[in-house]
Amino acid sequence: MSATLWGGAAARLRANSAARAAIWVLAILVTLALAAPALNPNSVETLDWSRVAYAPGWSHAHWFGTDRLGRDLFVRTFEGARTSMAVGLVAGAVSLSLGLGFGAVAGYLGGRTDYLMMRIIEILSGLPLVFFVIFLTVIIGRNSYVLYASVVAVGWLTMARIVRGQTLSIRRREFIEAAVAGGASPVRIIWKHVVPNVLGPVAVYATLMVPQIILFESFLSFLGLGTQEPHASLGTLIAEGAGEMEAAPWILLAPGIFLALLLVSLNVLGDGLRDAFDVREPG
Amino acid sequence: MTQPRESLLEVRGLRVEFEGRAAVDDVSFDIAPGEVLGLVGESGSGKSTLARALLRLVPAARGTVSFRGTDLLRCTGKALRRRRRDLQIVFQDPLASLDPRMSVGEILAEPLEIFEPALGAREQGARIAEMLERVGLAPQVAGRYPHEFSGGQCQRIGIARAMMPSPQLLLCDEPVSSLDVSIQGQIVNLLSDLQRDLGTAMLFISHNLAVVRHLSDRVMVMYAGRIVETAGVSELFAAPVHAYTRALLAAVPDLSTALCPPGEPLVYSYER
Amino acid sequence: MSALPATAASTAAAGPPPILRVEALDVRYALDGAVIAAVRAVSLQVAAGECLGIVGESGSGKSQMVLAWLGLLARNARIEGSVRFEEQELLGLPAAALNRIRGSKLSMVFQDPMSSLTPHVRIGVQLGEVLVHHAGATWSDAQRAALHMLERVRVPDARRRLREYPHELSGGMRQRVMIGMSLMCGPKLVIADEPTSALDVTVQAQILALLREVRAQSGLSVVLISHDLGVVASLAERIAVMYAGRVVESAPTLELLRAPRHPYTSLLIQCAPSLHGARLDRMPSVQGLPPNPLEPEIGCAFAPRCPRVSERCREERPPLMRIDGVAQVACHHPLAP
Repeated sequence: MSATLWGGAAARLRANSAARAAIWVLAILVTLALAAPALNPNSVETLDWSRVAYAPGWSHAHWFGTDRLGRDLFVRTFEGARTSMAVGLVAGAVSLSLGLGFGAVAGYLGGRTDYLMMRIIEILSGLPLVFFVIFLTVIIGRNSYVLYASVVAVGWLTMARIVRGQTLSIRRREFIEAAVAGGASPVRIIWKHVVPNVLGPVAVYATLMVPQIILFESFLSFLGLGTQEPHASLGTLIAEGAGEMEAAPWILLAPGIFLALLLVSLNVLGDGLRDAFDVREPG
Repeated sequence: MTQPRESLLEVRGLRVEFEGRAAVDDVSFDIAPGEVLGLVGESGSGKSTLARALLRLVPAARGTVSFRGTDLLRCTGKALRRRRRDLQIVFQDPLASLDPRMSVGEILAEPLEIFEPALGAREQGARIAEMLERVGLAPQVAGRYPHEFSGGQCQRIGIARAMMPSPQLLLCDEPVSSLDVSIQGQIVNLLSDLQRDLGTAMLFISHNLAVVRHLSDRVMVMYAGRIVETAGVSELFAAPVHAYTRALLAAVPDLSTALCPPGEPLVYSYER
Repeated sequence: MSALPATAASTAAAGPPPILRVEALDVRYALDGAVIAAVRAVSLQVAAGECLGIVGESGSGKSQMVLAWLGLLARNARIEGSVRFEEQELLGLPAAALNRIRGSKLSMVFQDPMSSLTPHVRIGVQLGEVLVHHAGATWSDAQRAALHMLERVRVPDARRRLREYPHELSGGMRQRVMIGMSLMCGPKLVIADEPTSALDVTVQAQILALLREVRAQSGLSVVLISHDLGVVASLAERIAVMYAGRVVESAPTLELLRAPRHPYTSLLIQCAPSLHGARLDRMPSVQGLPPNPLEPEIGCAFAPRCPRVSERCREERPPLMRIDGVAQVACHHPLAP
């Protein structure tokens, strides 16, 4: 039996074959996405007019084929992957921090503070987000900051609710009472006792939140609100590919498969993490 | 018995309400410095609620709790937290009262970080090691986590944590009730030693009359939120006055009575 | 006074066969590569009409043993040995046959009635169900029987209680209901696992009195398990003391209390709360820690904590030996009577 609780969870995770496979798949996807430019000589922007809408083949290293404008799909797919994963990671991290802070404070302090904070979350949840994004885009212009801000706006609300729920469930536990009786300030209690004890389930939800964020970004990009030309994200690529489905199905295939693999393995990993943390701690 | 010294703790008219009824009803008592006051009662008597109210872990509806001259019920925020240094508690469930994500060393360092923040890392380490030895644990355990220890060892850690700020009054809320009978004596003797060596006063709460009898100077009996009897320990056990006290004493299955063929045991009906 | 190994054959009493006969019962779990032995080669018997008390603390294996008897252990438990109830082997019995015995001829009372009673079903229904299920009674007969049972276990205002839910009753009353439920089909043997541990001491006294009364009325056999020697001593005629998964001493109650043979038993008696006698300077306790089920058993399991330990104890495990006809002890240096 391992000495620490994280160690125990890691051991259980390793024993879960589905989760292990998911980790492998993710590792491969990430490596490919990062290494793609080195693997293929084509650049993202070069338009190869001689091979417009080319089916996948070995000539000119167009392994995934080319799109309507002659751009190499291999390189574009992985650039899209990098964009989507970056958004998922960065926006995920920001959502996590915001949600963690908000939820832990609301859950621990309770009373009027909690009431007010929860009403804020409810109001924000009720806003039609897509219209908001459109509104912002119109005002500020198409901007990656607007994209990131919109995506974070989606993620942090759910995270805040989850963290608050977890905080409520440990707030009455005896070691929190002991900390209060020991003279610890609320800040100290939230930082040193609440946060470390909710991180387990929170880590699980964070892993499940990343695919949602990536999907949302893809959705925005699909609508034309997110990543703009000549940059690609999986969403824009899929939007392109969807339009060419009958004539050149491969334009959709590569980004679609990549996105599917990415989302599935993140979800499987998230499930595995939840099972790993769910077991009663020894003792 | 006169009280020449000023009382360490003076409780007057304390009332704690819970779902409309009084869990603690008009309770008043004193604790002198270095004294061990036992508090006996069964479930629903309000004894644990009383301890929590003294520590402001639950709100009190009425009354005063005067600790070294200051009414704790009127303190707030930083002033209250400062006063907690001298009034610590040992809980009933030893494992639950320790943060599972913190090592023993971190758990014991916390009181020092709160009340003596100027202490350097080495000084901290030395104080932690000293306290661990005092409660009968090896200094090496500082790197381990609560779930690696038995119930009795966890309780030693809990006692060590409570004693770190050198409190003048230690509340013990059923500290041995969840431990094996064969281990209870170890912990009670430890508390007894600490009390003698450091002069700490104690409010020792338990439903276990034999343990209370062993440790206390005076004993209060609590029933349905009220104190029904207070007496010196020898008097209470030799000549209990209140009917409830007598029922309590009669109900304890005593091996010495099992050895002699028993008559029909006294049965008082206190069912709700 | 010869000390013979206590085999099953030599403990066979003249007269009616024992209602429960346990032989070499072993319960182990495989966990992460290690083997945890919860119960180690336990043999004991309960005579018809007798109350056997089993005393043990954490790690003694007493609860695991009893759950093994009733087939209530987790699926990853490895059970060996034999458990015979009325000469019928219980281990390995198919579920249907086991269900016919459990709850009717052999019933159990658990420690925490709040978790044993179904929270959303009324008391009367829960009591009645037992009869309907096991004895094929009609619903109205079952309800009448339920009312009688509540009166028998002295629940005041029984008619009203029949319609109430478990959470509306106090702890003591819930335990009375549990006892009532276990008696509904007129069992031959009732196993009570820490029946009073969750109760206040005044209520505990009443429950023990009730158990005494029920036994006197019906000649029921009882196995009473507790960590509290005082509780067991007030009801049982014979007591078996368990430590680290084994029986370390077994004797008639008075003999055990007056002249314990095993050092652990003697220490338990000293540690038992007593309100009479002088206030001691140090509260008696057993030094060291309770046994760790993960550790392999080398020699006597009590050796690290025993005041009478010798080198032999650390190397050689003392077998359970018969002394004086009815008493047994597993010790290399038993106390003299």
